Amino acid sequence: MAAGLPLSPGHAIAAALAALIGGTLAAVAWVAGGLSALSEWDMRALWFTLWQAALSATLSAVLAVPVARALARRQFPGRGLLVTLLGAPFILPVIVAIMGLIAVFGRNGALNEGLRALGLPEISIYGWQGVILAHVFFNLPLSVRLILQGWQAIPAERFRLAASLGFAPRDIARHLERPMLRAALPGVWLAVFLVCLTSFTVALALGGGPRATTVELAIYQAFRFDFDLGRAATLGLVQIGLCVGALMAARWIAIPASFGAGMDARGGPVAPGGWRRAADAAVIAAAAVFLLWPLAAVTALGLPRLTSLPAEVWDAAVRSVLMAVTSAGLALGACLALALAIARGRGRWIETAGMLPLIASPLVLGTGLFILLRGLVTPQQMALPVTVAINAAMALPFGLRALIPAARSLQADYGQLAASLDLRGWARLRYLTLPRLARPLGFAGGLAGALAMGDLGVITLFASDQPTLPLKLYQLMNSYRMEDAAAAAVLLMVLSFALFWLFDKGGRLDA
Amino acid sequence: MKIALIPALLLATPVLAQDRVLTVYAEDYVASEWGPGPKIKEGFEAFCNCELRFVTGDILPRLLMEGAGTQADVVFGLNTDVTARARASGLFAPHGQDTSDMSLPVEWTDDIFLPYNWGETAFVYDETRLDNPPASFAELLDAPDDLKIVIQDPRSSISGLALLLWVKQVYGDDAPDAWAKLAPKVLTVTRGWSESYGMFTSGEADMVLSYTTSPAYHIAAEDDRTKTAAIFPEGHYFMTELAAQVASTDQPELAQAFMDWILTPEFQAVIPLANWSLPAKLPQEDWPQVMRDLPRPETTLFYSENEAEALRQPALDEWQRAFR
Repeated sequence: MAAGLPLSPGHAIAAALAALIGGTLAAVAWVAGGLSALSEWDMRALWFTLWQAALSATLSAVLAVPVARALARRQFPGRGLLVTLLGAPFILPVIVAIMGLIAVFGRNGALNEGLRALGLPEISIYGWQGVILAHVFFNLPLSVRLILQGWQAIPAERFRLAASLGFAPRDIARHLERPMLRAALPGVWLAVFLVCLTSFTVALALGGGPRATTVELAIYQAFRFDFDLGRAATLGLVQIGLCVGALMAARWIAIPASFGAGMDARGGPVAPGGWRRAADAAVIAAAAVFLLWPLAAVTALGLPRLTSLPAEVWDAAVRSVLMAVTSAGLALGACLALALAIARGRGRWIETAGMLPLIASPLVLGTGLFILLRGLVTPQQMALPVTVAINAAMALPFGLRALIPAARSLQADYGQLAASLDLRGWARLRYLTLPRLARPLGFAGGLAGALAMGDLGVITLFASDQPTLPLKLYQLMNSYRMEDAAAAAVLLMVLSFALFWLFDKGGRLDA
Repeated sequence: MKIALIPALLLATPVLAQDRVLTVYAEDYVASEWGPGPKIKEGFEAFCNCELRFVTGDILPRLLMEGAGTQADVVFGLNTDVTARARASGLFAPHGQDTSDMSLPVEWTDDIFLPYNWGETAFVYDETRLDNPPASFAELLDAPDDLKIVIQDPRSSISGLALLLWVKQVYGDDAPDAWAKLAPKVLTVTRGWSESYGMFTSGEADMVLSYTTSPAYHIAAEDDRTKTAAIFPEGHYFMTELAAQVASTDQPELAQAFMDWILTPEFQAVIPLANWSLPAKLPQEDWPQVMRDLPRPETTLFYSENEAEALRQPALDEWQRAFR
């Protein structure tokens, strides 16, 4: 791929994504015969969607900073495992996460039982506070990991220089950490904001009533109950508009940090002693309790029945794993191509296109694809390939958030050297790109695999006689088999996490 | 000659069966191994000399998009809330069954959509956790606000919509007041029935919007007699699931044979313990004991298709205002 060519794999993938998102929306609007106006309730849904997403994103990003800093500058036994485990909530299937949160924070949950025992007033998870709590639970892990990568991307030499100059923690924060955060936080905020924009099941289950209606629910209603495709298309368009607007705002706020290249020496920020040591320990402990307690609660609920799950559930599990690994492979390839193209500064639209899947309504996407493909293949033939492809596309934005900063510094730090050595093509990929991007790539692959594992089928329209594990979980619940469903949830959680761990570990083999 | 015929026959049978495939669009839970689907498939294939293939998913939206070009021969699992729209599409053909002596609490005269099961909405509670369950809808409304119920969203769930119509039929123009009393007791509103029911069984809510037949599952499958449906003298809202044949089917004989089979005792006997609902046409003495023992409401409420369609949006607005 010579630098002069206008079309790189990154361009092609970005174009395909834009066509996928835009094309499916257009197909829905076309079948509807145009867009329809929104109702008063739709506008309320839009308002709730916006403010809850903004608040969730702000809280997740702000809370993630002390956790990431504590993890970046402290070394302790089991730190690597903890970092991986703390990523788990983000990849939890929604229904499983709700079970866990209710088991801890619910009316009958462990926390309220404790409060009752102490004679203290109870807390309620139901209402906007529950929606925010759940969104922070989901997205704090992602935020911590992305910011932690920012810390790790500051070359160790800079910290050593700071130490030799006698920098106090305050000076380090001013000269090293704040510029890094200024570069990383807008992207983190944006990613969480966009995830929360399309929230649906969580908002409804914990929102306490129709006040917590999101745009995605309105789209669902338009499809499933009113069969008003025009309204669905309008709402889908509104979501994409929000995505592009937020992306432009984040780009305007973010200032790329420039620390220059280092010698790859080990060692992060100097760990200050005194009260800061205790504070870091407390921050890490608090995050671990908040993020891991619900996971433990879900495990406790489902574990007893795990071995007695029917064979069909295990079959579905195997199918889901195969699909998830394929999705992750696709997502990794696409992610790398996009990130490299973005790092070379080839057109800002590529980044926008890469973020679009995050905001595309799964319902609009599924219906649009159904309309576009129906003459060509039967829905049954489409079901599995389309699910794999859509899941790969849906995971791209997260992978990109992890990869873009690393790819940018790679280009800035090594781009000229590589050019002077005429290092290009496969050799460049093999000796420069892949080794230096291994960590974010592993993380991106893990995310893609785990997210695909937990996806309930973007496309219930493409019926399939080969059900996935999340679908089996719902079938169990719909047949009153709540205990078996809890066991299937544990299985789903363990498999998602194992996939994430394997990819992530693969990327950190040198660490 | 004879020897040559045997392999030919062996080959011919599956080919014949493959040629005769009845494609049934069904709701997802129907076809899972825990639903009635496997028994229905087995029973039909035993005499039809064909293959019954379930295709699951959002059946009506999909059918409306496919139009007359659909592969579906029969749809299975429609609810009464969508029949008006489904009928208007003109995609369905009459079922051709005599519906004069069904075991339904309402009269059924629809010649397109054929009920195969039924039940009523009800609030289900656990006797060990709720000491003074409300004995009527009025008592539920007047219960202290710390009695917490979970319901389903009428915008995404059929049972949620049935609750809306239930309240409307009991309280009429006073429905907004009823909702104003009910709203503080609503712990949360979930997307579908399963999330609500899970919250109830895990002890999160005191009562859950479910069906009069729900306790049967706990009794028959878990030997748990603590789950009870509160029976209200004001009446309970009727719910039924429907089958219909597609007019453009390329297997009209099979589709008709399937429709003819639905009301037979053989089919109907599958419903109670696989679908956890009541059979649409089966004398009560042939119901499983657990279903016969269930407390039955004295009054069943039901809106006609057109009434329900006309009431839906105003009732939704009232409901949303109550929670504002």
